[in-house]
Amino acid sequence: MSDTQIDIALTVNGEPVSERVDARKTLVDFLRDDLGLTGSHIGCEQGFCGACTVRVDGEIVRGCLMLAAQCDGATVETIEGLSDSGEIADLQKAFAERNALQCGYCTPGMITAAQDLLQRGGVPSRDEIREHLSGNYCRCTGYHAIVDAVEAVAEARAGGRK
Amino acid sequence: MKPAPFAYKKARTLDEAMALLGGQPDARLLAGGQSLIAGLNMRLSAPSLLIDINGIAGLDGIALKDGKVEIAALTRYAAAERSDIIAKHAPLIARALPHIGHVAIRNRGTLGGSLAYADPAAELPACLLALDGEVEATGPKGKRSIKAVDFFKGLFETALRPDEILTALRLPAAGKDSRVGFAELARRHGDYAMVGLAASARAAGKGLADVRLAYFGVGATAVRAKKAEAALEKSDVEAAVAALDLDPPDDVQATGATKKHLAGVLLRRVAQQLMEAA
Amino acid sequence: MKITEDSPPVLTVLDRPNSYIGRSVPRPNLQRLTQGRGQYVSDVSLPRMAHVAFLRSPHAHARIVKIAADKAKKAPGVIAVVTGAEVAKVMTPWVGVLTHLKGLKSAPQYPIAVDRACWQGEAVCAVVAKTRAQAEDACELVEVTYEELPVVADPETALDPKTPVIQPELGDNLCFERKLEVGEPDKAFASSDAVIETTFLFGRHTGVTTEPRAVVADWNEGEQRLTVYQGTQAPHMMQNLFAKHLDLAEQQVRVITKDVGGSFGIKVHTYADEMATVALSKLLKRPVKFVADRIESFVTDIHARDHRIKAKIGVNNDGTITAFEIDDLTGIGPYSVYPRTSGIEANQVVNLVGGPYTTPNYRAVARVVFQNKNVMCQYRAVGHPIAVAVTEGLVELAAAKIGMDPLELRRRNLLPDDNYPAQSAAGLKFEKLSHHETLAHLDALMNYAGLRAEQKKLRENGIYRGIGFASFIEVTNPSAAFYGVGGAKITSQDGATLKLDAQGHISVHTGVTEQGQGAEAVMAQVAATSFGVPLDRVRVVTGDTDNTPYGGGTWASRAAGIGGEAAWQAGKALRANVLAVAGSMLQTKPETLDIRNGVVVDAASGSERLTLAELARVAYFRPDTLPAGVQAELMATRHYVPRAYPFAFTNGVQASWLEVDVETGFVKLLKHWVVEDCGTIINPQLVDEQMRGGVVQGIGAALFEHCLYDERGQLLNGNMADYLVPMAMEMPDIECGHVVSPTADSELGAKGAGEAGTAGAPACVMNAINDALRPLGAQPLTDMPFTPEKILRALGKV
Repeated sequence: MSDTQIDIALTVNGEPVSERVDARKTLVDFLRDDLGLTGSHIGCEQGFCGACTVRVDGEIVRGCLMLAAQCDGATVETIEGLSDSGEIADLQKAFAERNALQCGYCTPGMITAAQDLLQRGGVPSRDEIREHLSGNYCRCTGYHAIVDAVEAVAEARAGGRK
Repeated sequence: MKPAPFAYKKARTLDEAMALLGGQPDARLLAGGQSLIAGLNMRLSAPSLLIDINGIAGLDGIALKDGKVEIAALTRYAAAERSDIIAKHAPLIARALPHIGHVAIRNRGTLGGSLAYADPAAELPACLLALDGEVEATGPKGKRSIKAVDFFKGLFETALRPDEILTALRLPAAGKDSRVGFAELARRHGDYAMVGLAASARAAGKGLADVRLAYFGVGATAVRAKKAEAALEKSDVEAAVAALDLDPPDDVQATGATKKHLAGVLLRRVAQQLMEAA
Repeated sequence: MKITEDSPPVLTVLDRPNSYIGRSVPRPNLQRLTQGRGQYVSDVSLPRMAHVAFLRSPHAHARIVKIAADKAKKAPGVIAVVTGAEVAKVMTPWVGVLTHLKGLKSAPQYPIAVDRACWQGEAVCAVVAKTRAQAEDACELVEVTYEELPVVADPETALDPKTPVIQPELGDNLCFERKLEVGEPDKAFASSDAVIETTFLFGRHTGVTTEPRAVVADWNEGEQRLTVYQGTQAPHMMQNLFAKHLDLAEQQVRVITKDVGGSFGIKVHTYADEMATVALSKLLKRPVKFVADRIESFVTDIHARDHRIKAKIGVNNDGTITAFEIDDLTGIGPYSVYPRTSGIEANQVVNLVGGPYTTPNYRAVARVVFQNKNVMCQYRAVGHPIAVAVTEGLVELAAAKIGMDPLELRRRNLLPDDNYPAQSAAGLKFEKLSHHETLAHLDALMNYAGLRAEQKKLRENGIYRGIGFASFIEVTNPSAAFYGVGGAKITSQDGATLKLDAQGHISVHTGVTEQGQGAEAVMAQVAATSFGVPLDRVRVVTGDTDNTPYGGGTWASRAAGIGGEAAWQAGKALRANVLAVAGSMLQTKPETLDIRNGVVVDAASGSERLTLAELARVAYFRPDTLPAGVQAELMATRHYVPRAYPFAFTNGVQASWLEVDVETGFVKLLKHWVVEDCGTIINPQLVDEQMRGGVVQGIGAALFEHCLYDERGQLLNGNMADYLVPMAMEMPDIECGHVVSPTADSELGAKGAGEAGTAGAPACVMNAINDALRPLGAQPLTDMPFTPEKILRALGKV
């Protein structure tokens, strides 16, 4: 290990990971290139599109605005992990049924952000959903279907209550 | 684009961070990184060393001390949003926070980092100025306080010395007669504002005293509109608008003239917030 | 005939038992994408793969005097530093012209600039390294000496004699010019009760696909074969072009397109950097990957819409529109884009203005000029957003002028629903449109009268809301008339191959591609219905030139209408083949049998005779038991191309309801409606979502998106902070309605639905803003995008 090659040990999707990374490598590049977790996407590398949204220590972050080196000791969850744990199965089902994705490139980040909102509990209004997802760019859907899908899951999780 | 190569050091103590900072002229501190890393990713800057201060114990937290709200530098926006102290004693900050970026950005971005970065379109520097707050800078020779008015020197430029670290910000805690107002105009939710206004005042009878209007997005730093403040203290909103002596530069979103007009609109809206509460 | 969710469809040939036509079934394979298990080109990694980064010209126009690459060649990880001259040795240049756009000219374009860079962002050198970061590091070490040349930025002066000519061998900066005059426009204007003239401006904007352009090229020296993984809309077109410019046989080239992170017309063109990547793979004999980053996307992905149109409408007090006139000027960058050319958008504008109306008098001039900016070419709804905004903007200005309700004015001029086939003044041929029915449907859907009342009431409280409309027509299902007749190797036909496997499932191999619009679902629904199996027994294969029939891919809203019909016909052919085998196995006439729900049944009674699995078992493993002379053909291919009409026009009408903050000039979108007619609807949900996504893309153009250049040809806002794309918070809910007029050109009757939303939305938003501001005496806004500043100027506030 030097100051440009950093050893990190972290938990990714429940699995312990130890790697030596370039100091300059962003978290999303690390996930994609080093771990093969290509579900986190790169859309702008500038923090504007949200395609790289992942969870670090329970909170959603931009994978392009954190360095892998910063994740020593962290718990990272990506779309692959969230999928396999079943945590977002209802959101994924709703997105598919409502066709709330087209090309699918924004979808992992979008669903991860939506889950962050729904974890707060209650049934958010459509405006609250739009606001929470306002940092996640989708060029295909026009957002309406995404809002529908998230709203439907919020209602279902709240026991069908409107 | 990928960042140019740099070295990375995780500082465990403030002293270690300062030693690293002193040892390398083009080192940069890495706090929340939400602006810094975006810039690195575009190769807009290429520091030789990043000193990660996120692991330094005691550098985050919000406390009420001697009539002041003290926010340690590494406090993240999201933590501030959840803070009862902020909600109760720093209502201007509470109003500004939801306008800053998006949830994922606010989970990482820090209040200290925003002030040290000194983006002229950012909300927090204007809030600090409007509240007559101060920052605490820690250097090899110890700590010093710098008033907001003295802190923001120019475009992305502050009074921090190269070997100093911004360690906290302090704001006077809101009292019973404190009044605050906040409004900004951004093309899209979470964008940097075209124009924004953070304001504080003290209710005095039916009017306002100690009005402080701090605009952002209108120049190289957040700026006070002192003539308008004086007019507002006389409860004359239109005179305050007429007295706005801002000269915003053109940018890709709007001309300076448009920004100046919008500054007037915001003044009317914020004045109403200040007066309604009064 | 009308199909809405509440009215059952009229029975047609499509209403086979277990029909999936008209049903909103979920798309296959979506969970792959929701789980992050798609495979986009940016995810592809191959053994020995290298990464390329391009050094790009910082100048809009400059001679490349010298490239010093010694330092870069020695940098860590660097495999090669390659100049334009070196790439030109293995790849020939191209010229983007079409013979049917008479007079259109352009200069040869090279994969990497050879001696001159003609726009800011044009690649001047390639660096191939082990990682992208190392390639970028080395780019910083390449020293290029430039001699700056005069920049042609403004289209208005591009043709002035004193303006330098960008491509000297062409003689001038005119790429293409078209003039059209129909009827007697001058006479019509002279005798009109009112003539309204204005100038419309359309801001240059771009696609900002969420996944930037990406390509992995893999030249296998041992096999002498090139495999290209590319996020493209047209794999076969690219196969042809790679082969042609590398001097290979098409057989030596395979193009694979898996998941694509958004296309919208951005990914149907030849990009110099992608061509260079392919050439580099051949040169270096190893896989080379190029993924554009967002910054280079902004200066290299095609731009579109940069048009200035002087326009005129004549109207009589009874509401008759007497004539339209336009003068279009557009700057398209230094080259016409290959192979579709950059003349098409202006050509479409000329074709489409006035298209929904009976107005017989029309004059149009369009000039397409070269300039030193990034290239422009076809982007979702090509020309339509411009033509619709001009036409519908004029129509609403005319309505305001004569004091007539804008819907009423349209009713008096739209082509009548009961008089088809019909033709527009510009000569477009319409098989069957439904302007009046869609308009009536919209009127009811949005509660127009109620909204007008609400608008009036709110105005009294100083709240300024506006309602804007746009009727439109849209080009879909293009025949060879679009490109083929002009000499481009862009096929308008498409094919589908259906194969019955040994378990009685079918696979559909189609030449159309999936860009997220749902082509796979449409193919599956059509094939399942046509052949007669449940949807879960159908697998669709797309995007592989080795494994799909030759086809055009996805563009001009063709996948469902053309690819779908091919799949429909292939399904019928395979059903006939299967029933022939079944007939011989069952000792009965095939005509008495059918395939329903995956089972061979007696057609009359519906009773089960044979499972497909059993039939396949016999055909594949015990063919010896079939009667002599019976050979099972369990694979069938059909192709289709529209022949009766050059294009299947669709139509519709949109409305926008919004509020303008007259103090700040900010616009809040409240609601948007679309009623469209795309013929037979295969999957209503997918049609609605095409509308919604398209509308928001059009709203982006109307309110936010603008590639801002300075007079030196420098893009000022080429990043996602400063170039504003529509985000969730500012977008409205969008309600959709449908009218169905199938095309008789195909059995399926489907027309395209991919671009109508984008075609009409900008016009609607413009008209709604002007409607909101009309009581304040504001100057009508005609300069997109409508920023707060422009609105404040119109209000006289700045």
